Amino acid sequence: MAFINLKTKELQVKVVYYGPGRGGKTTNLEFINSKFRERIKSEMVSIKTHGDRTLFFDFLPFDIGKIKGYDIRIQLYTVPGQVKYNATRRLVLNGVDGIVFVADSMMVRREKNILSLKSLQENLATHNKDIFKMPLVLQYNKRDLQEQNIPLLSENMLENDLNSRLKVPSFSASALSGENVIPTMKRIISATVKSLQHGLK
Amino acid sequence: MEYNFTQEQLDKVEHILVEDLINVGVHCVILIDMAGNIIARCDDGHCKHDVYSLAALGAGNFGAVNAMAQIVGEDEFSLLFHKGENESMHFSKVNGNFLLINIFGKDVSLGFLRLKVAEVINKLRGA
Repeated sequence: MAFINLKTKELQVKVVYYGPGRGGKTTNLEFINSKFRERIKSEMVSIKTHGDRTLFFDFLPFDIGKIKGYDIRIQLYTVPGQVKYNATRRLVLNGVDGIVFVADSMMVRREKNILSLKSLQENLATHNKDIFKMPLVLQYNKRDLQEQNIPLLSENMLENDLNSRLKVPSFSASALSGENVIPTMKRIISATVKSLQHGLK
Repeated sequence: MEYNFTQEQLDKVEHILVEDLINVGVHCVILIDMAGNIIARCDDGHCKHDVYSLAALGAGNFGAVNAMAQIVGEDEFSLLFHKGENESMHFSKVNGNFLLINIFGKDVSLGFLRLKVAEVINKLRGA
């Protein structure tokens, strides 16, 4: 739940990047951090294992200006993707306002995408939130691997697997090269802020 | 986790934090919710810490420690203390939704801070 401070006129929005392990959630945030470095006042926080996998979460806060006189402060988080860290994922989802689901386009990760999306739905339910009512954007990551002849799921297959019921905006992207990383972020921010606007007086 | 603060309540909260904590030597105090949002922050005017990252990490840390508490059969650990060479941090749960984080130096003793924090928490619950 976003925190709206009527006294300081500030809206704090929590957006979580969710998805299977090694799918590119942290890479999304790293690209955003490098692209908007001059506009982000603080350092990106990453809690990683020695093997560079996200252990707890990554955190990147930045301001996007004013809406209706309120300073909008976006706080981007990732979750650890590995299956064993579900308790941590649930913890990071506490108070979430918007979600980017980062799916892995590689053919071999098909099952993992589906299971991860299912776990998102279940974890949201533990916070009394409905995935169908939550601002959500899908990102089909790693499209650049096509050039290296790695078998990828087609966009149609990904849409069928993940978005046939949700029917939310989706982007084909490459977090490594940055392709569609910023449009994904802009889309989730606009959807999330729109959903919160009624609280701004 | 739904909650509301009126402007009057936020003024009152800040007044309590300044009066009872900043004025006794605490460098920085932040009241956050369990999602990592900052509800109120007060400092002594010299503190330049990145409080937004601290809030996110503080909420995560508290959640993780609570999970540890359950493993050893406790409902919760209601306070945490991290000691540094120059700056130390004290975390205390206000209620199920809120956490009070104090950052303080060597000139404030932990025992005194704990007494003040207990008083503040009582006042905040009534605010």
